[in-house]
Amino acid sequence: MDWGTLQAVLGGVNKHSTSIGKIWLTVLFIFRIMILVVAAERVWGDEQQDFVCNTLQPGCRNVCYDHFFPISHIRLWALQLIFVSTPALLVAMHVAYTRHEKKRRFRNGEKIDIEELKNEKIHIRGPLWWTYTSSIFFRIIFEAVFMYVFYYMYDGYQMPRLVKCEAWPCPNTVDCFVSRPTEKTTFTIFMLAVSGICMMLNLAELCYLVIKICMKESRKAT
Amino acid sequence: MNWAGLYTVLSGVNRHSTAIGRIWLSVIFIFRIMVLVVAAESVWGDEKSAFTCNTQQPGCNSVCYDHFFPISHIRLWALQLILVTTPALLVAMHVAYQQHQEKKLLVLTGHGDAKHMEEVKKHKMRIAGSLWWTYVCSVVFRLLFEAVFMYIFYMLYPGYQMMRLVKCEAYPCPNTVDCFISRPTEKTIFTVFMLVTSSICIILNMAELVYLVVRACARRSQHHSNPSSAKGSFYGHKHSSEYKQNEINQLLTEQDGSLKDMLRRNSGLQEKGDRCSAC
Repeated sequence: MDWGTLQAVLGGVNKHSTSIGKIWLTVLFIFRIMILVVAAERVWGDEQQDFVCNTLQPGCRNVCYDHFFPISHIRLWALQLIFVSTPALLVAMHVAYTRHEKKRRFRNGEKIDIEELKNEKIHIRGPLWWTYTSSIFFRIIFEAVFMYVFYYMYDGYQMPRLVKCEAWPCPNTVDCFVSRPTEKTTFTIFMLAVSGICMMLNLAELCYLVIKICMKESRKAT
Repeated sequence: MNWAGLYTVLSGVNRHSTAIGRIWLSVIFIFRIMVLVVAAESVWGDEKSAFTCNTQQPGCNSVCYDHFFPISHIRLWALQLILVTTPALLVAMHVAYQQHQEKKLLVLTGHGDAKHMEEVKKHKMRIAGSLWWTYVCSVVFRLLFEAVFMYIFYMLYPGYQMMRLVKCEAYPCPNTVDCFISRPTEKTIFTVFMLVTSSICIILNMAELVYLVVRACARRSQHHSNPSSAKGSFYGHKHSSEYKQNEINQLLTEQDGSLKDMLRRNSGLQEKGDRCSAC
């Protein structure tokens, strides 16, 4: 199971999304997952072996690395992308359940075209509207949570060039140097910006769905 | 998602591009992305591990490397290629939207069967009307991104040449320290190569822009001189219902002959076609 499989799974959900949802999925795959795989993973590739401390004390380097980087950026982004893309599976499950019910009715004797059933586009209304809106809501929550986790762990998104470490067994205070800090800062800011764009797309989609349903209700009332 | 995935996404757009657009896409994939993946990444593979400074001071290597290479060439090229290829997705989205409208129209006129739907998917969209503007915008964005990245490269690595030796004074290096870059000549060659292909792509984009503008002007002058044979304006006057009707008719008349015949046979559209002035 890798990013390609996730893409295959989510591509199916794409069919039942709104246009904003489709744009969001494209931004997710091209500007986040692809950048992560093609560029960011190389930048963080040597993060531990090139983390150098100004001491020969055995174990000091490991301990300092662990102290300053409890979870690597790459792993956090991977988790973020997985969590953010999976609420769409709620929608896929609901659509599959609706189709299953229709097939059951067909088997019980109602006249429904099986082929048409497979290709039919499901409209986002009724209980599916609630499922879809919940999935967008969860996406927004996960994005916000991860952005906060990043901020909390790495004090402001910038990668310092030098960190001063005092953890045992390092003697007194020791200077440790982070590998490629400028490149890492650049990519952190880039991923943050795209994360912000995705959040805005999700908020826009939420507003669009709510406005659409309000208009429909007002039309029904009149 | 990797370069192969991007290729799959973009080759779909290829169908609705101009000939120059297709050449541009081939140049991007073969002379830039493929060279990046197959060759350049191995050249820059040991850029940090083989960056050696004339000191044993811990941390001096890292700091000097970071000072002279804030962002590696490889990452800049990867970002450049992704940003330069994605405006084509605007066109893909617009085409998908137009196909959706056509399908809705076919369903409304009673031709919503699978065969007609397949025809809509397969036929090539003409670059006219609002699609022309979307296409031109995407070409302009491509040009902009290429120019911006070339400027960033020039700013970060003046003269595009990779030096063999750099002198570093950043803390914690003691005084001035000599640092040696790995494979400078090979890196210079690849940098110049990628620069040249980038320029070729800029030229192709400009040629495509000129071609689109000239074609639109030629169509417009043909429309002015011979209104009865015109196939509709390329301006986006979407507000007039007559324009909308003309555009729909134009879309219908530009289908494959078989679809047109099928529709004509089911006479529903025959009267509308007779009233159309843009057919």
